[in-house]
Amino acid sequence: MTYLSEGSDWNFELLADYDKAIADIAHNKYGLDTYPNQIEVISSEQMMDAYSSVGMPVGYNHWSYGKQFVEVEGRYRRGQMGLAYEIVINSDPCIAYLMEENSITMQALVIAHACYGHNSFFKGNYLFKTWTDASSIIDYLVFARNYIADCEQRHGVTAVEETLDSCHALMNYGVDRYKRPSPISAVEERKRQREREDILQKQVSELWRTFPQLQPAARTREAAAQFPAEPQENLLYFLEKNAPLLQPWQREIIRIVRKMAQYFYPQRQTKVMNEGWACLWHYTLLNDLYDAGRVTDGFMLEFLQNHSQVVYQPPFFAPFYSGMNPYALGFNMFQDIRRICENPDDEDREWFPEMAGSDWLQTVKFAMESFKDESFIQQFLSPRLIRHFKFFQIMDDDRNDYVEVSAIHNETGYKKVRDALAEQYNLSIQEPNIQIVSANLHGDRALTLRHQRSDGRPLDEHSATEVLRHLHRLWKFDVHLESVENGTVMESYSMPPVTKPITVM
Amino acid sequence: MSYIIDRRLNDKRKSTVNRQRFLRRYRSHIREAVNDAVNRRSIQDMEQGERISIPQKDLSEPIFHHGPGGQRSIVHPGNKEFNQGDRFKRPEGGGGQGSGEGDASDQGEGQDEFAFEIDKQEFLNFLFEDLELPNLVKRHLEGAQVFKTRHGGIVSQGMPAKINIVRSMRQASMRRRALTAATRRRIRDMKEEREALLQQDQSPQRQARLQELDELIARLERRVERIPYLDTVDLRFNHHIKEPVPVSRAVMFCIMDVSGSMNQDMKDLAKRFFLLLYLFLERNYDQIEVVFIRHHTSAKEVTEEEFFYSRETGGTIVSSALKLTRDIINERYPVDQWNIYAAQASDGDNWNDDSPACAKMIEEELLPKMQYFSYVEVMPRAHQALWDHYETIMARHPGAFSIAQIDEPGEIYPVFRQLFKKRMEEA
Repeated sequence: MTYLSEGSDWNFELLADYDKAIADIAHNKYGLDTYPNQIEVISSEQMMDAYSSVGMPVGYNHWSYGKQFVEVEGRYRRGQMGLAYEIVINSDPCIAYLMEENSITMQALVIAHACYGHNSFFKGNYLFKTWTDASSIIDYLVFARNYIADCEQRHGVTAVEETLDSCHALMNYGVDRYKRPSPISAVEERKRQREREDILQKQVSELWRTFPQLQPAARTREAAAQFPAEPQENLLYFLEKNAPLLQPWQREIIRIVRKMAQYFYPQRQTKVMNEGWACLWHYTLLNDLYDAGRVTDGFMLEFLQNHSQVVYQPPFFAPFYSGMNPYALGFNMFQDIRRICENPDDEDREWFPEMAGSDWLQTVKFAMESFKDESFIQQFLSPRLIRHFKFFQIMDDDRNDYVEVSAIHNETGYKKVRDALAEQYNLSIQEPNIQIVSANLHGDRALTLRHQRSDGRPLDEHSATEVLRHLHRLWKFDVHLESVENGTVMESYSMPPVTKPITVM
Repeated sequence: MSYIIDRRLNDKRKSTVNRQRFLRRYRSHIREAVNDAVNRRSIQDMEQGERISIPQKDLSEPIFHHGPGGQRSIVHPGNKEFNQGDRFKRPEGGGGQGSGEGDASDQGEGQDEFAFEIDKQEFLNFLFEDLELPNLVKRHLEGAQVFKTRHGGIVSQGMPAKINIVRSMRQASMRRRALTAATRRRIRDMKEEREALLQQDQSPQRQARLQELDELIARLERRVERIPYLDTVDLRFNHHIKEPVPVSRAVMFCIMDVSGSMNQDMKDLAKRFFLLLYLFLERNYDQIEVVFIRHHTSAKEVTEEEFFYSRETGGTIVSSALKLTRDIINERYPVDQWNIYAAQASDGDNWNDDSPACAKMIEEELLPKMQYFSYVEVMPRAHQALWDHYETIMARHPGAFSIAQIDEPGEIYPVFRQLFKKRMEEA
């Protein structure tokens, strides 16, 4: 076998050669299932553009993206930050951006990482399969962009911006966590949107407003005991369907933001796995290329240097420590699974009796397909890795004036550390649990939300007030938020603020 | 299967709209920064970008998140010495938002300022926006007439020094050819006939004809020769025309009263006015010089720094500054080479006896040399003698002299426009 290239320059033929060589190993040797790849070479300016539009190739206009752009641009210009090597989009075909400044080694790394690692993750992981439509996302983005541009024309930039601001504040609460409607195409989406708008338009009748008792719906409506019948976790969905005074276009904008939130929800839940999987494959694929004599020693050295930077986990006392590095944790876990399968020791046989000695490829694929970060760590974090990372758990209880090391990497601590780390990636615990419990449609139309406290953790008061302001802008009537622990209201916020004594038990 | 696409030639400025939106949203913050910059910078240094800082808290996009408190467990990597059950004091400032944040960093976390740069164009936009300067303020001021000679083609009359030899010779050659064409054709014909005759047997008639031909040819050749080689009508001269060109240089006199009654606020107001005038002139002239003259009872030419920021006390004699202005003009700025503008700012105080002298000086000695003289009073109170005298000048020279009163920054632009409106309409 001859080298694919020597030296560090790349050209389009070389990219194609490397892609072909990598694809050959990925598909034929390891049986990775991927979408077709669309590899786009872009300049650093374009990379900054891509950065600041959450990586999407088309997006609607909003100041917050401008802010991000200004920030990225400034930091890049001042040399405080390098740009990511790649951005990859969960779409079909899977779009990956390569930066023109990179050397051929980096381009090959990115191709292996993004076009075969992330790509197969997007296609295989159950969350992505259930919640996103790779084939229609680009169409939907185009639809959203045009729709919002259209709204700006009709209703003014400021009005649209305010609505978007409010929606963005609630974006994390715009996802369905447990059920998902069947996917529809972009064409269908446009058609439905027009229908929705037409129907709403028809319903506008001044006469009905004058004689509310004649309104058929109003007459037959029973005084519902409780509305909504069950607490609603998807705040944006509830607002879209039930906010009394929103214009049709505002409902549509809520819908767009909601769809975006839903699209990104799987990514937020699989950071460790997704990156770990991609790192596993760039590492494996490029090493195979090297073993087959297709790449030079120089290539390999450059690759390994970059690779080890990416998967480095600084310890907690390092000045630049900022929490767990998902690349490091994910990569090491997948590598560890492979090790357990191929070279199990007694400890592994005790902890992972079914995995030890099984086919590693089958096992890592099973792990990739069927888990999210939380359950992945819960299932697969081995004592050996806990020792490797020297994990320790800190318990910070505001009832004590000290913090306590509650578990370390020892026999009694493994399970505790593993549980705690898994919880750390559980979005439903990391995000305050807030649901809509009642909308008083027959009275003052006040909307009541409940924050269910876990572990006695309160809401951040300032941001909660700000978000309520946004919620109030959409609902347009009083909004109350109660923070509840064990059935007792610990704190309550209202918008507009009311001066009533805060109930404390 | 993969497709590789080169997107490098696609539009790079995809984020421009979003950036504009961002600037629009934080207009008030940016304007504040621009205002600060205006006060801080030298007025000749206005046309560049600026670094803007916005407090991070004003920029936040709020979301629900946990506050400090409750029971939180965090897993960190890199244990060195801890054992299960170890207890220690809660680190100061620890427990940032969300449990993903480290609470062990001693470097202080995050930035509290969001800083970015705006470019020169954006800076000026904000500056003008603040001053409500419409885009209309552009071209064009009429400058004093200065002439420049330039090549103006070829003419048939002129002085010997400017003869264009090539064109003259070409002209002569054409004339000679044109005037001799018919004669030369006849000579050619006769020469052919003569040759033909010589070929035949000689006879008396033919001999006679030959002789006749010889004579004719000789006569015609003489005629050709008589055509002058170079005639006076052939002469061509280079021509130069004198064209008026607007002078693209201007000098701006900033005259300010620095007597004790002018406080820093008043000076800042005056500075804005000078600044606006400077930018305005800069758009119209290639080169601008600024002369700063400050005065109390006596006038002095100073640097910009001194001009705006040093304080003096004492009485006020305005004419001293005017005299100095006149002297500087005479000395350094010849009227035929410079467009001269002056802006005078004062709180209106003047030695009463001095005001008529000022009016006289402006009217007789300064205005004839100047494009424009404007006077602003930065004092909200009753006018004094100086104002009254200046008003009479304004009545007599409406296009070149104006006075106005400014009380607060917002008024500067309207006053400025009022002062310069006339000029703009003429243009």
